[in-house]
Amino acid sequence: MSQTASLPIGARFDDDSPPALRVRGYWSSVGYRLRHDPATLFFGLIVLLIVLAAIFAPLLAPFDPYKEGVVLRLKPFGYRGHPLGTDELGRDLLSRLIYGGRSSLLMGLVPVCIATALGGTLGVIGGFAGRRVNAAIMRTMDVFYAFPSVLLAVAISGAMGGGMANGMAALALVFTPAMCRVAETATAQVRSLDFIEAARATGAGMFTIVRYHVLGNVLGPVFIYASSLVSVSILLASGLSFLGLGVKPPTPDWGLMLSTLRQSIYVAPLSCALPGAAIFVTSICFNLVSDGIRSAMDVRL
Amino acid sequence: MLGYIARRILFAIPIAFGVSVVCFSLVYLSPGDPLQTILPSDATAEMVEQIKHAYGLDRPLPVQFLLWLGHVLTGDFGMSIATRRPVILEVTGALSNTFMLTSFAVPLAFTIGYTMGAIAGCFPGRAVDRVVTGAAVVGVSLPNYWLGIVLVIVFAVELMVLPATGMGPKGSAQFSIFRWSDVQYLVLPVVTLSMIPVGIISRTTRAAVAEVLNQDFVTTLRAKGLGEIAVIRHVLKNSAPQVMAVMGLQFGYLMGGSILVETVFTWPGSGFMLSKAIINRDIPVLQGTILFLAMIFVATNLVVDLLQSVIDPRIRRA
Amino acid sequence: MSTALDTPLRPLSRAAGEGRGGGADPRDVGGPAQPLLIARDLAKHFHVRGGSKSARVRAVDGVSFTLFKGETLGIVGESGCGKSTLARLLLHLVERDGGELIFDGEPVGAPRGITVAALRRHVQMVFQDSYSSLNPRMPVQDSVAFGPFVHGRRKPDARRVAREMLVKVGLNPDLFGQRYPHELSGGQKQRVNIARALAIEPRMVILDEAVSALDKSVEAQVLNLLRALKAQFNLTYLFISHDLNVVRYISDRVLVMYLGRVVELGPSEEIFTRPLHPYTRALLGSRPSMDPAHRIEEPPITGDPPSAIDPPTGCRFHTRCPFAEDVCAAKSPELGAWLERGSHVAACHMLDAGSGHSAAPA
Repeated sequence: MSQTASLPIGARFDDDSPPALRVRGYWSSVGYRLRHDPATLFFGLIVLLIVLAAIFAPLLAPFDPYKEGVVLRLKPFGYRGHPLGTDELGRDLLSRLIYGGRSSLLMGLVPVCIATALGGTLGVIGGFAGRRVNAAIMRTMDVFYAFPSVLLAVAISGAMGGGMANGMAALALVFTPAMCRVAETATAQVRSLDFIEAARATGAGMFTIVRYHVLGNVLGPVFIYASSLVSVSILLASGLSFLGLGVKPPTPDWGLMLSTLRQSIYVAPLSCALPGAAIFVTSICFNLVSDGIRSAMDVRL
Repeated sequence: MLGYIARRILFAIPIAFGVSVVCFSLVYLSPGDPLQTILPSDATAEMVEQIKHAYGLDRPLPVQFLLWLGHVLTGDFGMSIATRRPVILEVTGALSNTFMLTSFAVPLAFTIGYTMGAIAGCFPGRAVDRVVTGAAVVGVSLPNYWLGIVLVIVFAVELMVLPATGMGPKGSAQFSIFRWSDVQYLVLPVVTLSMIPVGIISRTTRAAVAEVLNQDFVTTLRAKGLGEIAVIRHVLKNSAPQVMAVMGLQFGYLMGGSILVETVFTWPGSGFMLSKAIINRDIPVLQGTILFLAMIFVATNLVVDLLQSVIDPRIRRA
Repeated sequence: MSTALDTPLRPLSRAAGEGRGGGADPRDVGGPAQPLLIARDLAKHFHVRGGSKSARVRAVDGVSFTLFKGETLGIVGESGCGKSTLARLLLHLVERDGGELIFDGEPVGAPRGITVAALRRHVQMVFQDSYSSLNPRMPVQDSVAFGPFVHGRRKPDARRVAREMLVKVGLNPDLFGQRYPHELSGGQKQRVNIARALAIEPRMVILDEAVSALDKSVEAQVLNLLRALKAQFNLTYLFISHDLNVVRYISDRVLVMYLGRVVELGPSEEIFTRPLHPYTRALLGSRPSMDPAHRIEEPPITGDPPSAIDPPTGCRFHTRCPFAEDVCAAKSPELGAWLERGSHVAACHMLDAGSGHSAAPA
């Protein structure tokens, strides 16, 4: 087999035909799929409306959610301009529902954000560091994983004395182990791939490799899992409020309202069901949106 | 295989230890001195010192932990501040009530969930699949305490066929499952409690059945001329281990996480006891209940893992 | 569009001085006579999971060779002989368990020598084109630009270098730069790998099965590209492959490995025409012949290669060697004068006078 040291000038390679269509990159194909998924878009719209309603509550609520009225207690729908009636202290129910979205959404979203940041970081460190660090982190997480989440959330926020901040901290602590596991698994998978070795061969330090090569590949699974946690977080958070461990009265909050209106269940049963309906609708919409996000993002390249 | 069992049990021990550390430290999360709950408000400094010494609270933390652990292992969880009875008696009594709920809820959830999931898995993509999947999503997105309230509204307030709260007209001590007047108190809590497990079990079953149906041996069975019913039997048998595992885990989860439902129905189980203890700041009961419930969860997970390795030999390799 | 194949000889780095046309590389420390790399008794053992505590896979067990400036050294052997581990040892992607490495006269990792980080500026590697050799979430020009970026260039500058490099390997950066790996063919991906390795302007490139996964026609063209790049950038190659014909085509000298050890080392044509070691002879004899008049009736080697965890004593090949005698099981043969440039040596008792083997010279 004898060939010259170089091909003639202008030589082309056999496999050089440029593809006819420019195929999309990963993120733009995710966007494409989402835009063409009517169900997810629909529920995403509802989520957006709920969030906007909570943000713009002062503009939307017809009455002051804190204003009590002894004579106005537990009035039915439509009474004197109260579209959904009043609660057991005479406050307008619709206004309290709209304002209640604020604390419920906050207590749903903030713990997930904290857990993603904390658990994600720990997971990436655990996935990338040596065996001992990995074992230390993962076994510690296992201990917290050994509690049922409701129990752990109640125990921690109960021990801390309740209140919104403590509740959020407790929930963040409940979600961190799971997020850590997801991040660690994703990182461990990426770590064994060839391009990481190539990056090391280039002389890059660990932080540089993590930042440029690992994070991009880990962010996907982490984000998918975080979006699925939001609906669980909303449920748990309002559960804590229901038990009196979340927001303190008189702040409007769906779980708390459910608990206080329960006393009047024989008198005004429908009013009692409303806050729970709000929790349910919010939670299920977040759930369906996160399912849609997962379908859009979970593609083999 | 004995090696796997031994390793798995050995692995559970540090977890249990870690759980006990967490339970012990919970007390120190609370604002204020744990001492406040025990002391009478007009105690003199000398009395404070005496009581501190008596409870061992003047020793360093790790020593306190070991002392507490020692007591716990011998069954001494201290005295309830509210009722002045030994915590262990209170907790075990309440646990048996929760166990009653769970032992009805899990089979109910399994029956409904497995049927739904199996049907959906056998006809993937069709209308029945969408309905079941939708119902499962609803099941896991629904706040179960709200469902309880709605059921109370429907059945107790409006229709008045079932009682709203409590455990029997004469209380839990005299509860008997052979009397309808007592059992009717079980119905709503059990249905409420089974809701989330139904969602989870039906989702798992559907996935397991659909996955098994896709496997080659099913095609082989059909090619051999086996009737569809017999094929379905094979499929159900193969998908059973996965579902059993989830069912077992749900049992542990319900035992530990029943607090919300029990509060709605004022069912005197361990969850309700926990919420009372939080309100009363009854630390010994709080610690004891949480420790018990967490240990039950750990033990249930362990048993499920071991049973799975017996049924499914592939797991033993892991 | 000028690829490496049609640009006249000129070092890439401006620091080398324009118009010197193949003159001295300023990074050259010891001059052309000094070997670029001397590997002495390199060893790497892996612990076996699940086996007994002392069980270890002796992946590389005492490998020594020299690599001279400007040459291509081919490394051949069967799967499991330790070639890939050796490649990773040279780049310190795994820690070595024994032996030393001397790069252009300076020991690597020693206090007064050259650091591993500095070594990685001079030596780069082209990996086999597995589906994961490039980051699937990064456009290929960013993958190529990563190296220069790590070595201190700012991002726009690094990207410019990357695009120039893509041109050199025959890929139009406007067309291919923004693409993701899954949009490229095998040959194109491999050219990106080459561009990535060369973007940092190394002096030496290790090619670990770099063309093994390619179709034959593309393979030939990539090999020619490698030869042209070597001439243009004044490179030294270490070419690892299991494909004997490819190694013969591209290498100046060849090193044959068996079960973690070097069995033969010498100029390429000599190895292929007058192999000294029985293993080399068997390896060459096992290539299917294209000539119907010379069909191969029996395989020259029989049996499976022994396990690397519990290798045979003495000469590793003695269990499959038709010339094995007692001395072969008792004592390990020495390689001979492996430091010299033109030497052709083999680790076999039959070549060693005084070894006690019946075929040894007197």
